Amino acid sequence: MTEMSGADMVVQALVDLGVDTVFGYPGGAVLPIYDALFNHPSIKHILVRHEQAATHAAEGYARSTGKPGVVLVTSGPGATNAVTGITDALLDSIPMVVLTGQVPTTLIGTDAFQECDTVGITRHCTKHNYLVMDPDRLGPIIHEAFHIATHGRPGPVVIDIPKNVQVATGTYSVPEFIQHNSYRPQVEPDADAIAQAIDMIAASERPIFYTGGGVINAGPDASAALRQLVSLTGAPVTSTLMGLGAFPSDDPKWLGMLGMHGTYESNMAMNRADLIIAVGARFDDRVTGRLDAFSPDSKKIHIDIDRSSINKIVPVDLAVVGDAGRALDALIAGWQAKKLSARDYGEWWRRIDGWRATRCLDFPEKKEPDAAIMPQRAVKALFDATRGRDPIITTEVGQHQMWAAQHFGFAAPNRWLTSGGLGTMGYGFPAAVGAQIAHPGRLVVCIAGEASLQMNIQEMGTVSQYRLPVKIFILNNEWMGMVRQWQELTYESRYSNSYSDSLPDFVKLADAYGWTGLRIDTLGELEAGIQTMIDTPGPVIVDCRVAQLANCFPMIPSGAAHTDMILQPNDIVGTMDDEAKALV
Amino acid sequence: MKIKTEAGERHVLAITVDNEAGVLAKITGLFTARGYNIESLTVADITADHALSRITIVTSGPPPIIDQIIAQLDRLVPVHRVVDLNDADDAHVEREIALVKVAGTGDKRIEALRMADVFRAKVVDTTLSSFIFEITGTSDKVDRFIALMRECGLVEVGRTGVVAIARGPEAL
Repeated sequence: MTEMSGADMVVQALVDLGVDTVFGYPGGAVLPIYDALFNHPSIKHILVRHEQAATHAAEGYARSTGKPGVVLVTSGPGATNAVTGITDALLDSIPMVVLTGQVPTTLIGTDAFQECDTVGITRHCTKHNYLVMDPDRLGPIIHEAFHIATHGRPGPVVIDIPKNVQVATGTYSVPEFIQHNSYRPQVEPDADAIAQAIDMIAASERPIFYTGGGVINAGPDASAALRQLVSLTGAPVTSTLMGLGAFPSDDPKWLGMLGMHGTYESNMAMNRADLIIAVGARFDDRVTGRLDAFSPDSKKIHIDIDRSSINKIVPVDLAVVGDAGRALDALIAGWQAKKLSARDYGEWWRRIDGWRATRCLDFPEKKEPDAAIMPQRAVKALFDATRGRDPIITTEVGQHQMWAAQHFGFAAPNRWLTSGGLGTMGYGFPAAVGAQIAHPGRLVVCIAGEASLQMNIQEMGTVSQYRLPVKIFILNNEWMGMVRQWQELTYESRYSNSYSDSLPDFVKLADAYGWTGLRIDTLGELEAGIQTMIDTPGPVIVDCRVAQLANCFPMIPSGAAHTDMILQPNDIVGTMDDEAKALV
Repeated sequence: MKIKTEAGERHVLAITVDNEAGVLAKITGLFTARGYNIESLTVADITADHALSRITIVTSGPPPIIDQIIAQLDRLVPVHRVVDLNDADDAHVEREIALVKVAGTGDKRIEALRMADVFRAKVVDTTLSSFIFEITGTSDKVDRFIALMRECGLVEVGRTGVVAIARGPEAL
């Protein structure tokens, strides 16, 4: 119990909570907190160039470390610029605490300079939010906010702090033990449900694990438990975009990602399975395809920490509410206690191998050194060149993101940072900044599209300022490729506003910011170009020119079932009925 | 292409929440953001220390949507408990209060008073040419009374919306 200013309390609370990094941008309404942070011995403040980038950098920090990301921005435009990243963190369940300055309590509601209703605006894009009207409440609220952001299903929490609350003095107190009145997520799974799940798995003939970001959020131990359970049961594994890395991609039981741009084998296996074990995944529309045709003959077990995810989209036979890691541990313990062994899934694997034989990720390409680079080849070459270096890969949103998900293999969690739920173009580069700050010695590569990258390209300045060795690998096809692909599929190739006109010279841009810039034009230059990127110290931007009209396959077109995948470009018809057009 | 909607059933939800600023906005915002219906909503604090409020929401939707509404409400940080009063044996009591102003003279005035008596509505204000009735009952009963008053010079209605509580000795 010490008397101090609100701003000092904020900093003290961050220190007490073990925060080492804050991503932010100063402004009038947070000046007292910035003053309290001045030359701080343990908290490093990373000055971004736009508040949206602060939130994505915090997400990158959080996703690559498992610790909450912390953001500090000013009132009004500072807060509204942060909204996209806050929403992104909500949809991808990323733990994040955002401190926003606010006009003094005496001016709230008067349309004061740089005033906006931050708690109102963020009410539905945060897990929870607070407006602190009394400095004495700062300690308990900040501690509670971190608790809420990191417990149960993680998510973003906003704390709006009026300027006079930062200046006023009060008593700093730390709750000894946070037991929230009403927020007590169920972490331990129900024992009966676990027992039933074991019986269902043991009785199944065509089981499949369908895992998601919840396994990553449950920590590296959950990924280890998943591997153990898969090896005990012998069942195949597929995963959502957010779940990549929880299961090693070189394991024979790995079927690849499922869903709209997933592999043929994983989607067919989901469709034909007699048991789906969903772990920390939420049956997103990108995963299920047409709902009435989704896995029609299977029983479904859904393990999720969020009760509202269960039966939201697909009705399931058995719900297990709890932490993915705890549930997997309980399943392993139960499986071993019953002395069960893996069934012979020989027939099931033979069918899966039949689907694998379509080699759905193959793509046509010319092999001559002066040939245009297929974007898939570029990702594969990057993967091959970085093997053994344990890189952290971030992506923007679009075709390049899907190619990266399909062709880059991950062996461990927390190495794949991408915007899945909100699909935020402009996520990848600042997320790479956050990941690099958290892991200064690691190779961090942002696989980008030339269009997405420009949404937060101003962060090149941040990278220069902190001398971060971030690498940006642009698959430059001069198109908003995914938009163009949909226009090809749905609107008879009327490419309305999807051409990336007036692109900057990325190499000169690199020079302007003190980076190294490289351009790769042909297949013959690809491997050497990537090697130069890796070997060059400091930040590097690679403008990798790729075949302009390549499309991302396989693909389940909107409104289609898992069994109706487009495998090759010549399967495209170019028109779609209104029902399908209306789906996103 | 036409947009389709699904028919639903009526449910009464009793929700206890922290009595703090913004909670009501959070709850009503959840309904609008996720496209759920609110037919009526009442709220007041219910504990001696003013720490908790009880919200009664009448909503409608197909059973899976009702289940989703409950799950979505339940995961909001300031929500303590959500109870579907239409669950299980469906045994609960619902009441609503309406204040009904009727203006007129002569036969219509007499008829209004007579019907108010039948509905056990109380007269809470009167002038030579008007009455204000207070009527308590289920929403159906209030609806029927108001419909009759339309014939007798109805000029204004104010309604509270439904409050409801489960039958029997147990608390929520």
